[in-house]
Amino acid sequence: MNESVSRRHFLSRGITGVSAVWASAHWPALLAAAAHAHQAAKSAIPQKFEFFSAEEAKEIDAITSRIIPTDDSPGAHEAGVVYFIDRGLSTFSSEDQRTYREGLPELQARVSEMFPGSAKFSALTPEQQDEVLHSFDEPAGPGKAAKPAQRNLRRRPGAQSFFETLRQHTIVGFLIDPDFGGNRDGAGWKVIGREREHMFQPPFGYYDKGYPGWESAAKEAEKK
Amino acid sequence: MLSTPGDRMPEQPRYKTTDEVDFVVIGSGAAGGILAKELSTNGFRVVVLEQGPYLAEADFTHNELEVLRRNQLTNHPELQPTTFRKTPQEKAKRHRALVYGRMVGGSSVHFTANYWRFHEIDFIERSKVGPIPGTGFSDWPITYAELEPYYTKVEWEIGVSGLAGSSPFDPPRSKPYPMPPLPVKSGGVIFERAARKLGWHPFPAPMAILSQPRPGRSVCVQCGFCESFGCEVGAKSSTLATVIRMAEKTGRCEIRPNCYVHGIETSANGRVIGAAYFDKKRVTHLQRAKAVVVCANGAETPRLLLLSASKQFPDGLANSSGLVGKYLMLNSGPSAMAVFEHPLNDYKGVAVSRILHDFYELDPQKVGFFGGGGLDARFDLTPINFAFNGYDMGGLPPETPRWGKEFKATLAHNYTRTLEIVGHGTSLPVESNSFSLDPNLKDAWGLPALRMTYKDHPDDLKLGAFLRDRIMELLDAADAVQKWASPVEEQDFAYHLLGTCRLGNDPKSSVINADHRTHDVKNLFLCDGSSLVTSGRGQPTLTISALAYRAADRITALARQGEI
Repeated sequence: MNESVSRRHFLSRGITGVSAVWASAHWPALLAAAAHAHQAAKSAIPQKFEFFSAEEAKEIDAITSRIIPTDDSPGAHEAGVVYFIDRGLSTFSSEDQRTYREGLPELQARVSEMFPGSAKFSALTPEQQDEVLHSFDEPAGPGKAAKPAQRNLRRRPGAQSFFETLRQHTIVGFLIDPDFGGNRDGAGWKVIGREREHMFQPPFGYYDKGYPGWESAAKEAEKK
Repeated sequence: MLSTPGDRMPEQPRYKTTDEVDFVVIGSGAAGGILAKELSTNGFRVVVLEQGPYLAEADFTHNELEVLRRNQLTNHPELQPTTFRKTPQEKAKRHRALVYGRMVGGSSVHFTANYWRFHEIDFIERSKVGPIPGTGFSDWPITYAELEPYYTKVEWEIGVSGLAGSSPFDPPRSKPYPMPPLPVKSGGVIFERAARKLGWHPFPAPMAILSQPRPGRSVCVQCGFCESFGCEVGAKSSTLATVIRMAEKTGRCEIRPNCYVHGIETSANGRVIGAAYFDKKRVTHLQRAKAVVVCANGAETPRLLLLSASKQFPDGLANSSGLVGKYLMLNSGPSAMAVFEHPLNDYKGVAVSRILHDFYELDPQKVGFFGGGGLDARFDLTPINFAFNGYDMGGLPPETPRWGKEFKATLAHNYTRTLEIVGHGTSLPVESNSFSLDPNLKDAWGLPALRMTYKDHPDDLKLGAFLRDRIMELLDAADAVQKWASPVEEQDFAYHLLGTCRLGNDPKSSVINADHRTHDVKNLFLCDGSSLVTSGRGQPTLTISALAYRAADRITALARQGEI
């Protein structure tokens, strides 16, 4: 478990690199962050399941692996999303327990209904698994957005389906800061190209790399 | 896994509730924090009642789950439910209608820190443009020139990064910014080059975030978690990181967290005697004071006045105008997103590094509507929010599948290559747009819930479409590989809570006078977003803080003259 690596790395860089001004102005915050990282490390992902049985965990893992599949880069499985969800259901997300308790058997029933002779989601082929999940993914339709992108929407939707809950939990477990119990080894961040640092310095990306500075840029623009 | 932040109280005086202190300040955000500092510095004994907890840098994290999805730093939709309707004829339905910071420092802790001054026109626009039917469009009782020294005071005292003279549209200023702008990001460079191609005038965004260290505060470490999060290193110039510390050093100011104020009590002679609040255990107390200053934000300030109705003030305290809660303005804000060929990595650094004000003041004769605004280049979507934020696709193109191989591939490709351009513009003051008490829904304390009524004025929507078109034009000039705009539609959710107890000289058409004193109650003052007469162009916090410094001067003068 190396949940706190990024914080530690951030701390050591803060002290040895960058500037002395930064470190001195910063000392109380550094100590606090260190304590915080320590706390996070102590509560790292457990390897045993608390809410799911081993069998249920296998099914959830299989579903999350269709939501964010493994291809040439890590998916929900490698990011340990099932552990994050298991932990979540016994702690901060306990209000969703019922959704899982009722939703999983319903999903298995759908499996038997759609593919007679199969009892388990995890036993289906990936194509069959997707078919099952599409049948739950209403009303938006097969894997499509419900409505166009908008700002101003940081609300929690009300009661929602098992699949939608699981979809959201999978994304959260894949992309959350690894310090907080998901996104094992920063797998999700590797996929999206987010560096696992706590502080950055310019140049940040491709387009600001050769930026001549405001004055020169302004002068340049005036000439034109 | 997730620790609950505690209350981290530095040493302060502890007043008894029966002590009649000089001032109770309700709320500790962009206005309350400043009033607390100024009044205590001027020798008065001050109690600040803050409904949220007292957090410190060490409590702030990058935990998207706690902060964004579990409302760690904001008003809580379960404990503090709200309702919404478009017009007064409709019955309001339960709906999360607004978000504000709920902790010591208020929304100044979790805001993005865009720190634009209003321009001269914002204060006198009614005179220039003329009346607009269906609105309460008015001039302010104060001008830009009167507020200018206070803008400067805010910028220097809390620490604002920016470059004076970099925008030809900037209003006059008596001093440059105290520190240079923050580093430009790739999104800012793209924005700057494209805008210049179009003959527009981009410039470095003024931000209330440190580009140079100050005692006990670090420079910005470019972590990228500004909007919605508290700053872990004290670089964001919240009132918590700045003036509240100064207030505490006076030894005369007590910050009392976890106090949910539910009423302002009055005496038979129509004066305020103090504020009644629930403590953490929901036990009620009355803090006595010679005067009360309400800085609870543009939603909670009018709500508190309405909750404080009595025999003497049957329509709510200080509401003889009937305008408490009315003329709500949210600022219009169209936006579009774009994907570029190469990685921007705009997740690094502060949200915004370049803005422009070319469309700040549009000529209604030419464009066919009233309004104006600015544009910024930003990336404020944290990883989870980028992938989705509840209902929608966050930062992904609208046609992206919601799960599976293609979802993952789009996420992987776009996260580092996406930029958002956001417009920030005027909202007209429409009387029926308001905060009021919901007759059917109560909060966890048994108090009537906030009800928001809001329907954008047609001109606000026209402005939204105008700014959206300019954004798309800019993204064309920027050679974006892919771009898509959010639909411009009527709003049902508020970040900026403005205009609901507005300033004015006429007691019939305003709630407070130019001293921020309520027209009806001599020792009751209001100062926050509710004080604004017009909406400005989308970034109100600096103006709220400047008003607070000015109000503190006015209130101090009145108190010293024995006129409170």
